[in-house]
Amino acid sequence: MLESDAASEAEAALFLRCYGRGLMAEFLQQFVNGLAVGGIYALIALGYTMVYGVLKLINFAHGDLFTIGAYLGLTLLTSFGLADRVGPGVAVLLLVVMVMGFVAVIGIILERVAYRPLRNSPRLSAVVSALGASIFFQNAVMLIYGARFRVYPQNLLPKISLNLLGIYIPLVKILVLVVCVIMMVGLYLFIQRTTIGTAIRAAAIDQEAARLVGINVDGVITLVFIIGPALGGLAGLMVGILYGQIKFTMGWIYGLKAFTAAILGGIGNIPGAMLGGLILGVVEALGSAYISIAWKDAIAFCVLILILVVKPTGLLGERVAEKV
Amino acid sequence: MKFNRKRFYLAAVPIFFLVPLILNPYWVDVLNSIGLYALLGLSLNLIVGYAGLFNLGHAAFYAVGAYTSAILNTTYHIPILLLLPVAGLAAGIFALIVARPIIHLRGDYLCIVTIGVGEIVRIALINDVFGITGGANGIFGIARPRIFGMVIRTPHQFFYLIWLFVAITVFLFYRLEDSRVGRALNYIREDEVAAEACGINVAHYKLISFVVGATWAGMAGNIFAAKMTIISPESFSFWESVLMFTLIILGGAGSIEGVLLGAFLIIGLPEIFRELSNARMLFFGAAMIAMMIFRPEGLIPPVPKKYRVFSGTDRGETT
Repeated sequence: MLESDAASEAEAALFLRCYGRGLMAEFLQQFVNGLAVGGIYALIALGYTMVYGVLKLINFAHGDLFTIGAYLGLTLLTSFGLADRVGPGVAVLLLVVMVMGFVAVIGIILERVAYRPLRNSPRLSAVVSALGASIFFQNAVMLIYGARFRVYPQNLLPKISLNLLGIYIPLVKILVLVVCVIMMVGLYLFIQRTTIGTAIRAAAIDQEAARLVGINVDGVITLVFIIGPALGGLAGLMVGILYGQIKFTMGWIYGLKAFTAAILGGIGNIPGAMLGGLILGVVEALGSAYISIAWKDAIAFCVLILILVVKPTGLLGERVAEKV
Repeated sequence: MKFNRKRFYLAAVPIFFLVPLILNPYWVDVLNSIGLYALLGLSLNLIVGYAGLFNLGHAAFYAVGAYTSAILNTTYHIPILLLLPVAGLAAGIFALIVARPIIHLRGDYLCIVTIGVGEIVRIALINDVFGITGGANGIFGIARPRIFGMVIRTPHQFFYLIWLFVAITVFLFYRLEDSRVGRALNYIREDEVAAEACGINVAHYKLISFVVGATWAGMAGNIFAAKMTIISPESFSFWESVLMFTLIILGGAGSIEGVLLGAFLIIGLPEIFRELSNARMLFFGAAMIAMMIFRPEGLIPPVPKKYRVFSGTDRGETT
């Protein structure tokens, strides 16, 4: 009697430990997945938040710049055969540089053509123009690359998973997260510590005053449209490498989520965009694991609506210059 | 100018209603699509054009109307045209619930939230919410509408149903422009702060325009369901909302003639240039940017309202 009790107790304890650990591992696994996606959201969100900070404009076309980054990476890898020519390690570095550079150029052109002429128009004109630019880019990508899913070459990075505390983390995810963190910290230091960064912050607070103290505001805006699209394009490239397939419409859903992240952290606030991106990624991963995967996209939108209704300034947004 | 316009419409409207007699069913069907988008455009115009609220999730209300009609028709076999007010009411109530907490949000934020609402509705429909929306396949087998025992089936018959509804809508909305609500909305769009200072309850009127616009979209959804007999979530995607929005911006926000012209251009032109239909959204995108730069008020901007100022009898002032 006593013996069997002890035995069943031990069994129960073992069961609990395994089961509990399984649950924990599952949770951690989803958490890490969420962090990787969240890092990508954060990178895109930085573009939204910087443009909004300086121009008070939601750059709807930003999500499509992200798509362009992904497709450009695809072209460089498949048609251009970058990986075969220079080897995978150098290829990835070259890809990052070329994609960021090219998307930045498109960002500059976008600002010149679609936003600069509307600088002094009502703000909603600029929103319509941004929407038009988004439609234009999306359909341009569709006409060039076709409407179907395109597949990234799979041999780019070694398929290794690291085993950490019983959870398997693919090397790609770690790399993505590391790159995101490097970019975010780099941008933060650039904005906070350099003279140019100070100029950007000044222009974000008051364009007229910034102009009065001799800051080239047009230059600052161009710079913002270099940094933002470059980071967005990089995010597109990373989505391609991470998930292996891309579609011409993916920009707007990633864009909307990144915008949600920017608002979650407090729009115009750079650390806020990073924090918001990571939180949104984790919430979405956990939500799709524990609630329902079919509602994954709806979770982000619910978060968005809740924040705007309850706390429109976001988590880190301190400035409330206007009634939102 | 004003006189000419009136004369032009007096001549054009009867001709337009006779046109289907010489067109083949295909082109009449194109006109029917134009009519549906004209209805949607007019309803969205109430929100975007009159109140100046950027709503990019209008397809959600269209969907609520269409699905309400389809579900009630297929489950309880209620004649679909009788469900017209029910569809409108459902969409209106849904809009009231959704818009009440977000109506105070500033322009671009409202825009983002309405996109979110539209997407949530679409995802809910795909996921077969409450088990009644039929998931990604949608609902099929909606009964043909009947008027006085006559089944409406051919494009020609639908033409008169749809365009009669458009005509009634144009008349009502034209009357609305000069009503107390219309004037209040006009004021709010021009200067929200000044309107508030003059005692106009801004949030209240914005909500009215939002709910009425959504109600009309719901009724358009009912007609859409009756015409198609099959509805599925993909008919209510974000791009539908963008299409409605674009036709308003192109035609002239706040102008009924502008919206009708916009519907003809955006739905009709791609039918004429069919070879280029893949590139039509590309063209729309570029056109939206160009319009904002060169002609932000649209092709036919609303005519500024002139009101007779009555001589102030109570104070003895003259005008």
